Amino acid sequence: MNSGGMKLFSYDRLDTPIHRLSGLTKLICFLFLTFAVMYSYDLRVILVVMAFSFAVLRMSRIKFSQIRLMVIYVAIFILTNMVLSFFFAPEFGVEIYGTRNVITQLWGDIALTQEQVLYQVTKQFKYASVIPLGMIFLLTTNPSEFASSLDRVGVHYKASYAVALTLRYFPDVQRDYRDISQAQQARGLDLSRKAKFVDRFKNALLIVIPLIFSSLDRIELISNAMDLRGFGKSITRTWYTARKFDRQDYTAIIISALIFLATISVSIFINRSRFYNPFI
Amino acid sequence: MKNKPIIAFKDFNFQYFSQAEPTLFDINLTIHEGEKVLIVGPSGSGKSTLGHCINGLIPFAYKGEITGSLTIKGENTLEKSIFDLSKTVGTVLQDSDGQFVGLTAGEDIAFALENDNVPYGPMHERVQRVAQMVDMDTLLGSSPFELSGGQKQRTSLAGVLVDDVDILLFDEPLANLDPATGKTAIEIIDDIHKQSGKTIIIIEHRLEDVLHRYVDRVIVLREGRIIADMDPHALVSSPILRDTGIREPLYVTALKYAGVNVTAPMMPGYITTLEMNGAKTALSDWHRGIEKDNRVNANPVILQMEGVFFSYDGSRDVLANITFNIREGEMISLVGKNGAGKSTLSKLLCGFEKESQGVIRYQGQDISDLTIKERAEIIGVVLQNPNQMISKPLIYDEVALGLRFRGIPEEEIKSRVEKILKICGLSSFIDWPISALSYGQKKRVTIAAILVLDPRILILDEPTAGQDFHHYTDIMEFLVEINKLGVTIILITHDMHLMLEYTPRAIVLSNGCLVADTSASVILTDCDVIDCANLKETSLYNLAQMADIADETGFVQGFIDYERRLKNR
Repeated sequence: MNSGGMKLFSYDRLDTPIHRLSGLTKLICFLFLTFAVMYSYDLRVILVVMAFSFAVLRMSRIKFSQIRLMVIYVAIFILTNMVLSFFFAPEFGVEIYGTRNVITQLWGDIALTQEQVLYQVTKQFKYASVIPLGMIFLLTTNPSEFASSLDRVGVHYKASYAVALTLRYFPDVQRDYRDISQAQQARGLDLSRKAKFVDRFKNALLIVIPLIFSSLDRIELISNAMDLRGFGKSITRTWYTARKFDRQDYTAIIISALIFLATISVSIFINRSRFYNPFI
Repeated sequence: MKNKPIIAFKDFNFQYFSQAEPTLFDINLTIHEGEKVLIVGPSGSGKSTLGHCINGLIPFAYKGEITGSLTIKGENTLEKSIFDLSKTVGTVLQDSDGQFVGLTAGEDIAFALENDNVPYGPMHERVQRVAQMVDMDTLLGSSPFELSGGQKQRTSLAGVLVDDVDILLFDEPLANLDPATGKTAIEIIDDIHKQSGKTIIIIEHRLEDVLHRYVDRVIVLREGRIIADMDPHALVSSPILRDTGIREPLYVTALKYAGVNVTAPMMPGYITTLEMNGAKTALSDWHRGIEKDNRVNANPVILQMEGVFFSYDGSRDVLANITFNIREGEMISLVGKNGAGKSTLSKLLCGFEKESQGVIRYQGQDISDLTIKERAEIIGVVLQNPNQMISKPLIYDEVALGLRFRGIPEEEIKSRVEKILKICGLSSFIDWPISALSYGQKKRVTIAAILVLDPRILILDEPTAGQDFHHYTDIMEFLVEINKLGVTIILITHDMHLMLEYTPRAIVLSNGCLVADTSASVILTDCDVIDCANLKETSLYNLAQMADIADETGFVQGFIDYERRLKNR
């Protein structure tokens, strides 16, 4: 039935060591590894974490088709980021590393330096190693377990539940959108690129307005249904999907904590800075 | 001996702050522990408002002025919060999909327990136990998209039973369910009542369907007042139903047509208790005397599907080998359970989706090359919820929209819109904002907005869903008028009454296959078709059997013919 599906968050119920971890574990590990990579500007460390995250990605049996769209977006983002970083601050690498080894003079006084190349490559690899972790987290965590883990790391349960509700009703709104858009197209609405931009904007309104009105009906119903079953009556709540921690959870958290500590140690004791500087 | 009162309204009045007049007047009503009560009334009679007062949505979510008192279990509800009340009154709302807040059935059932901070272990244990009561224990991991309407409703029911409430309140439990599932729902409610002895309140306007099982009494509301409080036998034999605009059971209508004086001693409240002795002869005489309606539609074929297959994913056929003809000026029903392929079929006709095999012809021409916009000039579709179609604030603009998209000059638009609004009985509203209209009027606006494109075929998805008998008749008689103008009408519906009364012919889909294409009287007396398409046999069929009339189908057809002549159609 749900043919259109919600491909962006398609959680699959598989049985892999990663799926078996509790949502809270995955959130903690994700945070540890992300902080590690975000803190360190040591390319060697980052490559190790990246290798690790790709290994985990493989272990969780995520298919490329599931993440293709996200990979494309990320690639576009990384490329744009790379080009823009260079044009806005071509000497930033020089500033950081304190030396200036020119590879080639480009135009005017803009030059490509080894320092800049190292800085930018490091930065792009940082993104490239964090993003697979995010994808693993989203695609292997049951959405309501995700909400319960947010609650357990301190986010208020009302906010956490909003996340779960969004995931619950997203496909419904998507289906409404499709029905409304088809009905309006039948009346003659042109959504193709042939129409002018202003017209396309006006036309989009003809779908959005009915969508808002039909969603308002739905919201009233949902909030009544939740009130009637006592949502919000006490300051805490428990979760049906919460999972108990077992050995694998502790193991996973220890591994990521160790990676985090190792990264910080490399910066403090070996590099004596967040940056790895091969130029001095 | 009567049990203790559990709900007591005393001189109770309620007025929404947003309304000029009270919605409930002088309500005095006592419901006792363990009773099973049905509350009926037309739209706007205040029956939902009464329900909201019992479960605490009034005054918690809907504000207004209350006078008089309402006590539940001896305590005044005004002193209690909606959360306290939810421990006593469990409410199952009518939209079983919208109220499904969990991502799986298990989570949805557990919702109230989660909010009560019940620890993990006991919570799972209780969910499992309650799920067993409603036969959902093997489906706890399913998402709402994998569940049928009936399964979602069972989930909602389990979600309130889990709290061990004393009172179960069902707000229009039959809306949105196919006939067979609705029948099962009434049986489940009855079983729970028998097993648990809980107090049950059912708010519904489909009287006959609720009376499939026993209820202690029926309360009739009209214009905010209680006008009757009696057992079903007395109610059905009184003129109250007809005066209030609530549909009486079909078998009672048939008895009245046959000249039988329906009285309470005949026990006519349920078809199973009906005492027929004196009425048999009258009924068969009446049946024999009905002149057969031999009108046959001999118009040319306007729409044809031939060997049509369709699949969303390329592997599972949503529609398989669909073949049928529709003649010009027909009015036909398309029925079958949810997911049988009815909506998909209408999407193929409109060109929203493309058939993977087979041909669709309009007046003999293959229309596969026509765009959505071009097809809309032949085949128009009206969605179930008018809010999903209305995109302009003013009626005139809304109806004119399709013509403006087609670049038609404004003078021509004006005359066409005016003409259509006149046909649709909306002329006097031409400058009105749509927000000021009632649901039925909005529905007319959406139909007008499609008719203005002058389609030869009109497809309507559940045109009367959620409407009481009065509004139902209003909408359907309007469609009959449109049909008389020569527009072919296809109705997608769950409503067996609609099918019997208005469409001489019906097409039945089940699991993507066409399982019947014949008259409504044949379909609703054919057990095989009824079973595989989740329909329900009509009570006229049972009546014919009870009156020893051998040809049940003929009896049902006779009823249809008689009624059609009576209403001069």
